[in-house]
Amino acid sequence: MNRSESRSEYRAKSSAYWRANIALIRNLLLIWAFVSIGCSILFVEALNQIQLGGVPLGFWMAQQGSIYTFVILIFVYAFQMDKLDRRFKDSVKNIDTDSSSTDTN
Amino acid sequence: MTVEVWTTILVIISFITYLYIGWRSRVKDTKGFFVADQGVPALANGAATAADWMSAASFISMAGLISFLGYDGSIYLMGWTGGYVLLALLLAPYLRKFGKYTVPDFVGDRYYSKFARLIAAIAAIFVSLTYVAGQMRGVGIVFSRFLQVDISTGVVIGMVIVAFFAILGGMKGITWTQVVQYCVLIVAYLIPAIAISQTLTGNPIPQLGFTFSDIVEQLNGIQVDLGFQEYTAAFANKSKVDVLMITLALMLGTAGLPHVIVRFYTVPDVKGARYSAGWALLFIAILYTSAPALASFARYNLIDSLHDKTIEEVQDLRWATQWEKTGLLGFEDKNGDGKIQLTPDDDTNEIKIDRDIIVLATPEVAKLAPWAIALVAAGGLAAALSTASGLLLVISSAVAHDLYYRLINPAATEGQRLMVGRFMVGVAIVVAGYFGINPPGFVAQVVALAFGLAAASFFPAIVLGIFDKRTNREGAIAGMLVGLISTTAYIVMIKFGGAEPWFFGISAEGFGTIGMVLNFTTTLIVSRFTPAPPREIQELVANVREPDHAPEPLSDIGEEQLD
Repeated sequence: MNRSESRSEYRAKSSAYWRANIALIRNLLLIWAFVSIGCSILFVEALNQIQLGGVPLGFWMAQQGSIYTFVILIFVYAFQMDKLDRRFKDSVKNIDTDSSSTDTN
Repeated sequence: MTVEVWTTILVIISFITYLYIGWRSRVKDTKGFFVADQGVPALANGAATAADWMSAASFISMAGLISFLGYDGSIYLMGWTGGYVLLALLLAPYLRKFGKYTVPDFVGDRYYSKFARLIAAIAAIFVSLTYVAGQMRGVGIVFSRFLQVDISTGVVIGMVIVAFFAILGGMKGITWTQVVQYCVLIVAYLIPAIAISQTLTGNPIPQLGFTFSDIVEQLNGIQVDLGFQEYTAAFANKSKVDVLMITLALMLGTAGLPHVIVRFYTVPDVKGARYSAGWALLFIAILYTSAPALASFARYNLIDSLHDKTIEEVQDLRWATQWEKTGLLGFEDKNGDGKIQLTPDDDTNEIKIDRDIIVLATPEVAKLAPWAIALVAAGGLAAALSTASGLLLVISSAVAHDLYYRLINPAATEGQRLMVGRFMVGVAIVVAGYFGINPPGFVAQVVALAFGLAAASFFPAIVLGIFDKRTNREGAIAGMLVGLISTTAYIVMIKFGGAEPWFFGISAEGFGTIGMVLNFTTTLIVSRFTPAPPREIQELVANVREPDHAPEPLSDIGEEQLD
């Protein structure tokens, strides 16, 4: 494999990693918007018709449920990104790296 | 022992701890001073971020605000937590990968422009100064209420403590003190919340007592009987559009506030930045999900123990007479029937309740031991001091690093930069203390401005800098100026000019969302009509997007050298 080939292969892996990251961010932000903007503000009156324990559901989403969801979303992101990071590093490991590999950090 | 003795003891113990940690974490170089050597573990950084974030306002005033606003108080609950999702997914990991010292650093480097750096530095200083004045005031108020010390003396004591660990230890000293301050403030907040939850609902966990008892239902009933809206009724005080816009502006502002962002520079790697955002929000959520429970319990309890009681009955309540002395609680039998009544109408209402009393008086209302009441004072001080110290460091680094080193004297030695950094922390403390002792009338008004400006300037500039390679210098500068000017103009018009909220009825607090959209649109359009950023900037963006320590084959630099 020559240098320009392995470089373009690396670029392809790198952009696949980035696309997967963007897709994950998009999905999690959709949930984020659904619980906060959707359930807690836009559709709160409708959800308030349902009771959860002793409180209306829409009110509970706004003052409790959305916050719990936010915490879970961040941990899901961190956890999923660990997996993506690992897969990316494994996939680029096989590309010829014997020459001037530099740690950019 | 009396409450006052306990308060003195606890405050002194906590201060000695902060001083000891400050001494232990003193630093010798700028990396230690500005970003704590980038060696803070994710969990510790999460606790530090939570303490940094939760100010005197979160600790003392938020539950009270919610208890008066009911559902509409959710703007603060969601606004001040939802921003962390944006921070964790869109900003923190990439800024950590970028790996420099300040927020203006990223803006200046990414947009290859001294002018962009200058705008960012000025915005960071302005946003942080507005915020810190309120914290110093909070310190003074806690001292005066719990220890009967003069407010000015309280502010000076607070200044000396913060100065000690912030000047010696910079970000490192601040970080480790904030970890301890988080522990103090959360324990201080939870003990009364648990006690009152147990008393009213029989369930010691406030979040569960709130959800699964009938206390909220009863509160709804009482509110309606007294002529108020139901506690859980949506949009009783603010319109739906306004609630939406304010919530979003607070979220975007949270994600754009420099003193929060900069905390993610202090962890060892990108992975640490992601997890510490999760820990931070978890630690914040413990307080933020207890607050609405406390708010409804306290409101129920206040109405239950004060409304329709005779003056003599009220005077038998020890806490009521004590808080009456502070002016936070007031009774006046306006209709002369020998009883006092709570009504929504100012002319007939006979009970005046200051919102700060909700948190401050709960331990006494719940009949807790004196040491638990004293703990609330120590917790309030921890909340105020931790936020103040984080803000002071942002001001110091914006001046010492961005203005002095990067713009005025790039030849400055390490020693000079560190000295200027320490000196600027000192200057910032004196300025903040001055505003704490002589609060300008506009402090409450400018807090809206701080969030609005952060949402309208930093958030779009950073997000587009990472997610859109085509965004260039011209676009970012135009966008930041449009965002800053439109938001400032709208807020000044309403808060100082007395104008009606003319833009779709959106109040000043919510305009940051519009400013953010204007900034985004301007940046994208201007960028498309001006030259693309240079190649090295596009490579910087590519590098920021990759996970750290990725093996890089035939690095671009190496290949270029071959040519």
